[in-house]
Amino acid sequence: MNSPLLRKIRIAVSLIFFIATTFLFVDIFNLITPEVSNKIVFLQFVPLVLKFITVLSFTTFGFLIILLLTILFGRVYCSSICPLGTLQDVINNIAGRFKKKKKRRSNYLTEYRALRLSLLTLVVVVFILGSAVVINLLDPYSIYGRFAGNFFRPILVWMNNLAAYVLDSAKVYWLFPFDLKAFHIIPFAITLAFFVLIFVMAWKKGRLYCNTICPVGTLLGYLSKLSLFRVIIKEEDCLKCGACARECKANCIDSDNKKIDVTRCVNCFNCLTTCPTEGITYTFAFSKNKGEKEELNNSKRDFLTKTSLYLLSFSAIAAQVEKKIKVTKPSTVPVFRKVAVSPPGSVSIDRFNAKCTACHLCVSACPTQVLQPSFLEYGFTGMLQPRLDNIAGFCNFECKICGDVCPTGAILPVELEKKKLVQLGKAKFVEDNCIVKTQKTDCGACSEHCPTKAVHMIPYEGKLVIPEVRDKYCIGCGACEFACPVTPYKAIYIEGNSVHLLAEKNTELKEQQKVDLKEEFPF
Amino acid sequence: MRRRDFLKSGLLAGASVTLPGVYGNIFARTSSTTPPAFDLVAIKGGEPDAMFDEAIKQLGGIKNFVKKNQKVLVKPNIGWDAVPERGANTHPKLVSRVIKHCFDAGAKEVYVFDHTCDDWKRSYANSGIEKAVKDAGGTIVTGGSESMYQEVSINAGKSLTKAKVHELVLDSDVFINMPILKSHSSTKLSLCMKNMMGVVWDRGYWHRNDLHQCIADYATYNKKPTLNIVDAYYMMKQNGPRGVSTADVAVMKSQILCTDMVVADAAAAKMFGIEPSDVSYIKIADSMGTGKMDLSKLNIKRIIL
Repeated sequence: MNSPLLRKIRIAVSLIFFIATTFLFVDIFNLITPEVSNKIVFLQFVPLVLKFITVLSFTTFGFLIILLLTILFGRVYCSSICPLGTLQDVINNIAGRFKKKKKRRSNYLTEYRALRLSLLTLVVVVFILGSAVVINLLDPYSIYGRFAGNFFRPILVWMNNLAAYVLDSAKVYWLFPFDLKAFHIIPFAITLAFFVLIFVMAWKKGRLYCNTICPVGTLLGYLSKLSLFRVIIKEEDCLKCGACARECKANCIDSDNKKIDVTRCVNCFNCLTTCPTEGITYTFAFSKNKGEKEELNNSKRDFLTKTSLYLLSFSAIAAQVEKKIKVTKPSTVPVFRKVAVSPPGSVSIDRFNAKCTACHLCVSACPTQVLQPSFLEYGFTGMLQPRLDNIAGFCNFECKICGDVCPTGAILPVELEKKKLVQLGKAKFVEDNCIVKTQKTDCGACSEHCPTKAVHMIPYEGKLVIPEVRDKYCIGCGACEFACPVTPYKAIYIEGNSVHLLAEKNTELKEQQKVDLKEEFPF
Repeated sequence: MRRRDFLKSGLLAGASVTLPGVYGNIFARTSSTTPPAFDLVAIKGGEPDAMFDEAIKQLGGIKNFVKKNQKVLVKPNIGWDAVPERGANTHPKLVSRVIKHCFDAGAKEVYVFDHTCDDWKRSYANSGIEKAVKDAGGTIVTGGSESMYQEVSINAGKSLTKAKVHELVLDSDVFINMPILKSHSSTKLSLCMKNMMGVVWDRGYWHRNDLHQCIADYATYNKKPTLNIVDAYYMMKQNGPRGVSTADVAVMKSQILCTDMVVADAAAAKMFGIEPSDVSYIKIADSMGTGKMDLSKLNIKRIIL
């Protein structure tokens, strides 16, 4: 194989995926349509597996492509498709420029096999038990999505706003400021912690995250034990000089023993160009595959059971703590939301919690920014998953983009006409906080914004009118809560439905009479 | 943009920020050459663009309001992510026609914005107004960013004594207010004065502090519309201001042109079928002396096509 070419192809492909995926998450101009968005994330492994489980259809067999690619060529996903992998390469590359070239003999690290397998097992077990929380935290695509959404997007926003400010001062209206409507400190902090962790790992040891923590890396790594093509050291040509091992960002080349750990090799092909004797090559290697079988010993098994049990008990405890979100402190009445509001198309909160990897693609795509990452609003198992934050915005009646872009099927695509009837929750009116009652003046901002007129105005004292909620027409979009001007606390808020319901179509609308266009003016 | 233009517009902007009233009034005085023959023009029975052509002729053409090289702000209602037939936003055909007239009269720039209720991009697009403006050569500007609003004081205001107003209101030489006539759940009707809620940033303040009084207070602010065009082509009779479906809409095919917001609102209220005095903010504006809701002494041109 022509080795420099292989490496160049790998770099080109990974940059294409990296840039496209990044743009998807930072696209504040809404340039990317859901169709294009779906194509860009089409090969992301964990979302595909989840989508395959959620909506069994031919369009969701993409993850088989990844498995097939791995069996044929090794961890191509990790080297080229996974955006987090490429990000680590970028970080490691920069680190390389800063570090003094030490004359180290080798970069080789022993495998943390117990940790790798435990984490993979944990992900699978917890997922089977109905929670996506571990996979949410560890899926590399979703982690990258959160990085891009939390860090890179604001950078683009600032750049845009600076440019808009300059242009605006010159009265040139080409660009407009983009206002980020909400900032949730804890989800941000969790994401930041992951960023620091992965940054340090990548800076010091290259693909250490991929080869110790990442469940996708472990799965595809062990699958690539079957791969037909792989990087191997030719016994007879190898001088044990260690040149390849120094270049290896996966730390998987043991040049002293002339061995490469195929489970950790991410096919970056950096090693191929370094060998003075062509002793390392990417080639058909089926004959070499001796089916190395590893038994898990008891301590490993023990560790596994204990970790799963610990985590399960933690979520059980967390589930019992009542999920309360403070909506309004007593203006006069304290009001708490008991159930968070999940996006339309998520069907039920349990289903959503089990299927969403918290990649935040919907958060980036949502035009009103109502979708915001949660902390404990859904409970521990739904950490970081998006919820409707009606302080930041409200669900646009005519929009269904979250379901269209969701790569995992956690938010299913819904026909617009049906989405307009999906009841995410119900509006609760707190009369004692309402301006009409407390100040005896007209307001009605909630009813103004209500797209179905579930919130309508009924006669109150004198000429005043006051809101009334009709549950059957309410879809829980949160426009009323967003619009309610009472400060610091709202007089109307959405109580989420644990299972989404269907609202009735408002049939009280009377058709307007034809107007006689020849009639004289009334003045 | 050339440097000279840039400097000039910068200076003008500066001047307009510091002395918005004086600056606006100077222009208002120098610009009206022939006083309009009528206080109010009401027209019905045609398409929005054709009706405007006819109605503005009665006021001596748009050249009575727009002079060569002036900057014009056209402020329609683009509050909602809804198609024109829903009667929630000003008719795009009317918007593009007005812009065309402005350019024919020599306007240098015509800007269009609204501080929308739904997402501004979606509202601009689905109302058809974004396309209408671009096709007519106007410039679409966002109303969705607080950084573009500047605080002014409303000296005659009772509840509303200051407000953050969009820079285009302060910068433009001519301000054309283009509300759509529709029902409104809390103020009964949405009209010229109510449409001014779309040029300020903090609408919640108005809702919290006696909505009707705030609407009337803002109407006293000295940067008043040069011309008001009330679009009553699709008239939302119920469930306003957002509406639920086209069942809420009556096809009225009407339009009102007037330089005075209170007069225009009074006439439009009557057209809707409500006495102006039943709409609190019209009554308050009348009592504050901002304008007269009594139409009996006015010179009104009525046209039925």
